[in-house]
Amino acid sequence: MADLSSEFLGIKSPNPFWLASAPPTDKAYNVNRAFEAGWGGAVWKTLGEDPHVVNVNGPRYAANYGNDRRVIGFNNIELITDRPLDVNLKEMRQIKRDWPDRALVASVMLAMEEKVWARLIPMIEDTGIDAFELNFGCPHGMSERGMGAAVGQVPEYIQMATEWARKYASVPVIVKLTPNVTNILPPARAAKAAGADAVSLINTINSIMRVDYDSLTMYPSTDGMGSHGGYCGPGAKPIALHMIAEIARTPDTADIPISGIGGITDWRDAVDHLALGAHNVQVCTAVMVYGFKIIDDLLDGLSNFLDEKGMTRVSDLVGKAVPSVTDWQYLNLNHIEKASINQHLCISCGRCHVVCEDVSHQAITHSVAGKRHFEVLDEACVGCNLCVSICPVEGCITMQPLTGGVDPRTGKPVSNEKADWTMHPANPLRER
Amino acid sequence: MHADIESGRLNAAEIETNFLDMHPPLERPEALVEADRCYFCFDAPCTRACPTGIDIPGFIQKIRSNNTKGSAQTILSENIMGGMCARVCPTEELCEEVCVRTTLEGQPVQIGLLQRYATDAIINERLQLFQRGTASGKSVAVVGGGPASLSCAHRLSMLGHQVTVFDAAGKPGGLNEYGIAAYKTTHDFAQTEVGYILSIGGIELRSKQALGRDFSLASLREEYDAVFLGFGMGGVNALGMQDEEIEGVVDAVEYIAKLRQAENKADLPVGRRVLVIGGGMTAIDIAVQNKRLGSEEVTIAYRRGPEQMGASQLEQDFARTSGVVTRHWLAPERLLSDGQRVNGVRFEYTRLDENQKLQATGEYRELAADIVFKAIGQNVLWGTLGDTEESLALEAGRIAVNEQRKTSLEDVWAGGDCVAGGQDLTVAAVQDGKLAALDIDRFLRGSQNSLGA
Repeated sequence: MADLSSEFLGIKSPNPFWLASAPPTDKAYNVNRAFEAGWGGAVWKTLGEDPHVVNVNGPRYAANYGNDRRVIGFNNIELITDRPLDVNLKEMRQIKRDWPDRALVASVMLAMEEKVWARLIPMIEDTGIDAFELNFGCPHGMSERGMGAAVGQVPEYIQMATEWARKYASVPVIVKLTPNVTNILPPARAAKAAGADAVSLINTINSIMRVDYDSLTMYPSTDGMGSHGGYCGPGAKPIALHMIAEIARTPDTADIPISGIGGITDWRDAVDHLALGAHNVQVCTAVMVYGFKIIDDLLDGLSNFLDEKGMTRVSDLVGKAVPSVTDWQYLNLNHIEKASINQHLCISCGRCHVVCEDVSHQAITHSVAGKRHFEVLDEACVGCNLCVSICPVEGCITMQPLTGGVDPRTGKPVSNEKADWTMHPANPLRER
Repeated sequence: MHADIESGRLNAAEIETNFLDMHPPLERPEALVEADRCYFCFDAPCTRACPTGIDIPGFIQKIRSNNTKGSAQTILSENIMGGMCARVCPTEELCEEVCVRTTLEGQPVQIGLLQRYATDAIINERLQLFQRGTASGKSVAVVGGGPASLSCAHRLSMLGHQVTVFDAAGKPGGLNEYGIAAYKTTHDFAQTEVGYILSIGGIELRSKQALGRDFSLASLREEYDAVFLGFGMGGVNALGMQDEEIEGVVDAVEYIAKLRQAENKADLPVGRRVLVIGGGMTAIDIAVQNKRLGSEEVTIAYRRGPEQMGASQLEQDFARTSGVVTRHWLAPERLLSDGQRVNGVRFEYTRLDENQKLQATGEYRELAADIVFKAIGQNVLWGTLGDTEESLALEAGRIAVNEQRKTSLEDVWAGGDCVAGGQDLTVAAVQDGKLAALDIDRFLRGSQNSLGA
């Protein structure tokens, strides 16, 4: 059995699964239930200055559904905690006393004035928390007031506020980044420059869920009007993975520890985050959809996976896939793959044919000798992976590399030497 | 021993339960989950297997997107009786048999139930999806009130022709109204559907008008620009045994019709021991319905094996789970009676020889019965159809037609059970009517053109 215990910035927790700062960590009642269920840690719902904020009294959440109403994505316009600071601090103190083995992190969102940080950071730290997480990510509501994503989108602001936090906190400081930027590296660099101990990402993505088909107004709405929210859940995961990998593979940011957030629903999602550079992970949407119990699958799914891979602890997995992430220009253009359909597994739905026909390179038959039959034509297949992606039968279509001979499509011999765009004759800027 | 036949074997509540919808309709959440199972196949095998060629992945996709109206349009534009076919099609031998989900996991997408989901919503609301075409000035006589005729009439109306439907029965619908087991079409759906079909306009229905009695084929050809014959099969095949007219030997088709029209099913006479001779859908329907009316012992006797039965495996299983015993390899040899009434049948055991030919074995067995139902197929009662038989080319006792369902006469088309080479299915009859209407339209417009030239 692999050891799932986690140590992140020196903070120990029984497993690498923390609850992200969000509705599930709004108060002691929920966090107690989470820790009873087995969660390794919790980042408390973001604290702010008193007087506390207020929320709308109508819909805060909306879902993007698959057909059986399976939630693909979630959107929210909930603000930071809407309870008085002293109530939160009292509960946090108690939780940390009751659950000393779990990680408890205080998420904070404060005005861009040093004196506010000077006053509140020590007060909050006094509850016994293990770390701070600076919320520079929420894209809705608070950003209109110059906080959340409004800070996270300006590296200079990140740096300034992180420096204040670092100055007044003695526990580690994690900077939570917004994905609502074109390049995640400047914000990460700013956090690092300010002395942040780690970054966590991603926060939610600017979004509008849909319109109401009857009234043709934005949905959900509050008294007929709506405001953009933050998008999260399974649909957001690929965006998170990209940003995490960018930080993890870029030399000057690679040494910043990362807490991965974004679309983690089952253990495989956690494997994605960890292998692409996250040191631990945070979960919210899956809990909002299924409740705390999903921790069971996250824990033993990850444990069984580590066992299968011969890994003994979570840190063995961290960053394993990072070296495989590179720029397009370094991909080996001499590597050739062809799709191959396993006729024993094929159920003859024909979807591979029709998408190849309508979209790609007309490389899959629909009939052979007058009979319904789907087969790849190597002379036309460019190896695009579209058929693999849409085939309903797992493992039926696979990509097979050509290791020698001639590529029937180009008529050219298969070369085992690597050649990428930087050296390609068609590249006017090629390295000579 | 006296024949044990009585009505009211079960009380009204029991009968109501026994005759509830055989496959209850899908609720919206179920329909969405089921629709999601469809893989939207290319050149879908289900569509190819459908005699009316409904774009099945297309209509299922529209259920998925909550475009129920579009879904019904996709179905009904190929098969105006898509509602009834959703209930009575042997989908396990057509679309669902070839569903790729069957290959993958042995469990096809429930196409029939999805089709019912889409069409019920439209037909029960009487939402008109079709428009009568611009009047062509041509008139067509349609003989018969069943699926082939109504399909033909509807399509002809869409194409702008004036249609007169002559139906010998009191109510339109043909076997949909008189021949289908009651639990397959509850809540008077057959009439609802006919009402929907006729609501397009341009179709005049003349009930209780029989070919050969009230008019002749020649008179129709005289009066109308084209004629479609869809009168089905009025006769029941005889067992070919002595004393077949004896009390207690009953036509299954006739009994099913009575059952469908009964105000109160409990009033129907029901035998304690019922013997059904035959192996098709009618045999299953009469057997199961008798069981559900309270027969104690219902046996189907068939002269061949389960694989040769006209009824699908699913239907055979349905009979078994309904408490009907099916005995194979028994050919009826003679009726047993007390001189007044039948009280059983003597059978001879059969087998297939190496050439797959049925052979008698010389072994016998008797089965006692209070009622014996004949369900060994039907035939066209040519004797009652006046000049029809002599006017048309026939094939194996039915009307010969070409691919467009045209008969040997240039202005007469035919479809449904009365034509040769058919599948004897509602869905096939609907297709016959549709193809005939399209060809009639070509014929009528062609003649129009030539007149104008």
